[in-house]
Formats: sequence, C-alpha cells, structure tokens
Amino acid sequence: MDTPPKILITKIGLDGHDRGSRIVAAHLRDVGMEVVYTPPWQEIPAVVKLAVEEDVDVIGVSSLATDHLIVPKLMAALREAGVGDVAVIVGGIVPDEDEKALIDAGVARVFHPGAPLGEISSYVAAAAARVRAARFPT
Amino acid sequence: MNKPLPDPVPATAEEALVRWEAEYAAQIGGESPVHNRSGIAIKPLYTPLDVDPSRFDGEVGFPGQPPYTRGIYATMHRGRTWTQRQLIGLGTPAAYNARLRDILDQGASAVSLIPCNSVFRGYDMDEVDAELLGTCGVVANSADHMATCLEGVDLATTSCAMNDPSPFTLLAFMLAAAKRRGVDPRSLSGTSNQSDCLSHYVANHMFFRLALPGARRLLVDHIAWCGEHLPRWNPLSVVGQHMQQAGATPAEALGFTLASALQYADDCVAAGMSPDAFLPRFTFFFDISISFFEEVAKFRAGRRLWARLVRERYGARDPRSWRFKFHGQTSGVDLTRQQPLNNIARVTAQAIAGIFGGLQSLHTDAYDEALSCPTQFGARIAVATQNILREEAHLTDVIDPLGGSWYVEALTDAMEAKVLDVMAEVEAAGGMYAAVESGLVQRRIGESARRFQERIDRGEQTLVGVNAYQVPEEPDSRSALAKPDPGEMRAHLASFAAWKAARSAQSVGRALDALARDANDARANLYARVVEAAEAGCTHGEICGTLRRELGFGHPLVVV
Repeated sequence: MDTPPKILITKIGLDGHDRGSRIVAAHLRDVGMEVVYTPPWQEIPAVVKLAVEEDVDVIGVSSLATDHLIVPKLMAALREAGVGDVAVIVGGIVPDEDEKALIDAGVARVFHPGAPLGEISSYVAAAAARVRAARFPT
Repeated sequence: MNKPLPDPVPATAEEALVRWEAEYAAQIGGESPVHNRSGIAIKPLYTPLDVDPSRFDGEVGFPGQPPYTRGIYATMHRGRTWTQRQLIGLGTPAAYNARLRDILDQGASAVSLIPCNSVFRGYDMDEVDAELLGTCGVVANSADHMATCLEGVDLATTSCAMNDPSPFTLLAFMLAAAKRRGVDPRSLSGTSNQSDCLSHYVANHMFFRLALPGARRLLVDHIAWCGEHLPRWNPLSVVGQHMQQAGATPAEALGFTLASALQYADDCVAAGMSPDAFLPRFTFFFDISISFFEEVAKFRAGRRLWARLVRERYGARDPRSWRFKFHGQTSGVDLTRQQPLNNIARVTAQAIAGIFGGLQSLHTDAYDEALSCPTQFGARIAVATQNILREEAHLTDVIDPLGGSWYVEALTDAMEAKVLDVMAEVEAAGGMYAAVESGLVQRRIGESARRFQERIDRGEQTLVGVNAYQVPEEPDSRSALAKPDPGEMRAHLASFAAWKAARSAQSVGRALDALARDANDARANLYARVVEAAEAGCTHGEICGTLRRELGFGHPLVVV
C-alpha cells in the first residue's frame, strides 16, 4: 500500500473504560499506521461521519461493558452511509454467544482479552489491504 | 589430607551475609533484575540489615496508634472483621433486590449498589439505547426505584455504599425512601462510593455529566451537607481503584489518590470547614492486584503517609482524622477470560493481600466477571471465598501478621518513597486538578498500562492460560451468562412512563427551578436542592439534565 493503513479507534454506547482502546491506538500508531482516536461515548452517527470524512479502512470498536450490543446498529448505519465496505473489528469483553451475532451483523473479527498487540496490528494491516484492494481493483 | 570444612557458623551476621551472597551468585548463575509493578527492585533475600531498627518505634509502632502502619484500630480484624461488601447491580430494581437479599443471606454484611451505565452517564432509561439497559447495573432512576432496590434491608443497621458520582442522586433517592419508611436519616451509614470526580476524569470509567468545576463545587457541597445531616455517612471515597484498573502502578495509584484527597481537603478548608469536622468522614477505595507483597506494602505505606500528611498539612488533632479507612476490591484486570475458573485462585490471592493489608471492607470479584456481569453462581463463590478466608483459614487471628518481616517492612519504606515522588510531581504541577487538566496524570497512567501490556506480550509477565499454560477450551462448556430479562425490562420502562405522566408536574417543575437557580448561586448548598428534588419526584435524568445545562457538560480529557 502507498499510504499506511488508516484506522478509527472508538467507543460507542455508555461505558468509558478506555484502557484497551488507548493501548491499541498507541500500538497501531507506533507500528506506523494512521490512527484516528476518539474519546469514549461516541454517538453512532458521529462515528459514521468521522469514518466517511477521514476515509478510514478499518474501524476498531472497544467494548468492555456490553456496548458491543449496539454494534449491529453501527453496521447498519455504515451500510446506509455507503461505507459498508469498511472493516469493523471489535475488541474487549464479548461473550461467545454475542460474538456470533456480531459476525452475522458483518463484523470482521472480535479480539478478546489476552490478544497480543502484534496479532491485532497484523490483522488490521491485512484487513486494510483487503478493503483497499476491493475499492481500487488493479 | 581433606580440605578443612568451612566453619558451619560464621562469626558475625555480616560474614554470614557475605557467604550467602557468594553462594547465591554462584548457584543462580546470573539473573536479570526483578522489579515489582511499581518499578521497585526486589532482592532475593531480606535481612535485618535491610531495616533500620530505630525506625520501628516511630514508623511501625502498634495498631491503633499513629502512624497506624500496622492498622488503624487497636483490635483490627480480631475485634471486628472486615465488612463483606459485594458490589451488585443488574437488571430491574426488583431483580436487583432478589440478588441482594440472596447475597446478604450467604454472608455479605453490607450493600454496594451499582447502577446501570445509563445512570452513570446521567440519563434516565428512556433516553438511551434499550439494548444496554441493566446489562451492567441496576436501572434505578427515582426514589420509588430505590425503595424497591432496598426492600427488606434494615437501613438503620446496614451500611449502604452508593456507587454514584455527582450529583449523588442515588443517595438522595435512598434518603427519600428511608423517610417514607420512617427511618431517621441520622442513623444511616454508608459511603458515596464514586464521589471522587477526579478519578473519573483520569480513568474515564464512569466519568460524565458535569464539567470539572461544577463537579468540584457539588462535591464540596455534598461533603458539607452530609456533615450536617448524616453524621454516620461518608460523603467522600477517594478512588485509587479507577486509576489502577486503568493502568497506574500500585505506587502511582496510591500517590495520585493521596494527592486527590489533599486537593479535596484543601477545597473543604477553603469553603470554611474545619479539618477535624470533615477528615473523619474521608474514606479510600483501592484496587487489590495479584502482586501480593506489593499490595500489602501499598496499604501499610498509605496508612503511614495519610496519618502524617493530615497532621502536618492541616493540623488535624482528632485521631479519627488521621485514620486511613479503606475499601478494597480485587482487581478485575488480573482476571482472564481463558480458563475462567482459574480466577477463583486469583481472587483468593488478591483478597489475602487486602486482608493482610488491613482493609476495612472488601469486595471479591466473581470468577465470571471476565466474561460478563456475574451470575448468581459466581457471586456466591465470591462471598464464600471471604467466608473461607475468615473462618477456615483463620486470617483474622493475628493483627498485621506480615509486620516485622524484613521484606515487608523494607518494601513498605520503598513504596512510601515511590509514592512521595508521585505526589511531588503532582504538587509541582499545581495540585491534582491542574495535573489532571493538563493531562499529566492520564499520560502517566497510559504509559504504565502500555508497559505492562508489553511485558505480557513479551512473556516477561506470565498470565496463566493467556501467554503460558494454554489449554484448548470448548466454548460450549461455559455456563450461561447473566442478562437482564427483556420482558421485565420492557415492563420497567412502561411503568416508568406511566409514573412520570401521573406525578405532579408542578412540584417537579418547582424543584428543578430551584436546582437551576442555586446552580448559579455559589453561596447556596446545591446538594440540598438535589435532595429536595429527589423527594419531590424528580428523576435522575431530570436532575442531571438540569445541572448539565446550568454547570456545563463534561468532556473527557483523553491523552493517548
């Protein structure tokens, strides 16, 4: 890729525990990616707007206290805005039964506690490459 | 002829130490230095040479005597065991009440109510995504809801912690519920357990609602109002737990917490309160990580530092002002999703550290907190863990049983020095409000969180089941998770709407007007208006919304 992968790291819903989102954002920045970081408590329309304006390849949603339950709403809003091709990953505490629902809603991958940072950055790089390849076929 | 054997007993302790050092170095064959989470170098052996015996009288002393290194009371757990205070919150008020009564029957001795995240954010249930209601706490928005939550609990004898940042509506709802039952408010005991607004800004955990200056004023009003009306209530709990869960090292968490406590005490003095009037009602709330001896040393150092600080800085004369009372919660960050039953062992080790650290009140995490809100099954094991440690393992027989250990005394001194460094950095930045507003504290915590994660990723810090000793797991083998009943939640929403439509719009309007007016009058006690509004039938969202409008909405101060 000509330019580094671009990812939006955010939290939607009601919870503010941001240890995970901050660590992942700092790691992705340090391995050379372009990171757009938001504080917690973003409204879904604000996330969609940011994703469109910043033209990101990937959105990472951190959820530690059940906010993943509204990620399907985010997926629908992204599709409606014409950016359904952005890869969405979720990281945090997501029970197995909910993970299936997220994947069915179009989430690319769920990272659970204990996922090494290197594994996350490798996945994001590959996902960003896939998104760009689909957008700009050679 | 055989070589003569070395003398089995060296002539002096110094000679013995030299011999041990040589033998250790030869046998270990080179090792990398060992540090605890706070960055203190840990030696392989501690001896009397590590502790200055002349410090024992002044710096260690006896329990119940300043500087309280060995405990804030003469009798400690042998006289009165710690309060078993389990944090609970899930679903509707009726569902919460059923769980609470079960846990009280199992051995818990106090209440710690955690509301839904919608409440933490300052909203009523009809203002947020319904999917999220009651998933992480009880949906309590009114005095009626609080009455249901606490049904069957004797409020005059049961200590109730309300986990509720400013404007402390849950306590106001509890007061209204107690009044209806005819309970004298002067008999109510408990803690405003999340009243430390700085910790919310720093760790973002339940941060929300009000801009920092408004939250700061409301806290001082809350402390003043409770001091006058609720003599047994602790209006302030300074929370190191948020910061340590966010990634602060134990020394940083204690240093920032003490710096916050000094900031709040400065504010109370500036508001005209006498130190010996408010300091006896200051309490602390800490995380207990699995770094066992470090946690014990943290708590011992905390007691010693606080006793000295309040005398030197405020001239406090009442011994109750000097006592560092704290609640401990076992660290959720240390728990793993992998092989979740292993968490029972982790919680046990953490709890012992807290008990040996001399805590007054303890929450033990359920093993399944790494997966979701605890199930009843998990919550019962957490309570039983405390019962086992207290009554089977006899941990309460001896006061400060690790006191006098050369390691623990040396580590207590080292932690104290480290904490003083953290406090000096905050003081140089202009105090805790300034250090938080400039992002200094958030940056330190973020760096420490990152460093710890990198140690795990490099395998330097073992996490059983995560980066070592992994076993394949069947996802289906996990037990069902706790979730609020959707039908009950729909009924709760419907009855809330009906109740709001039926109440007196006039008395609600009058109370909210008074709240808005006094928000703009710095001489008024704003918390008095919150209490009146709760009694007049205002909801949590209405009270928070009014204050948000008048005092400004808080925005997180994030540093990556």
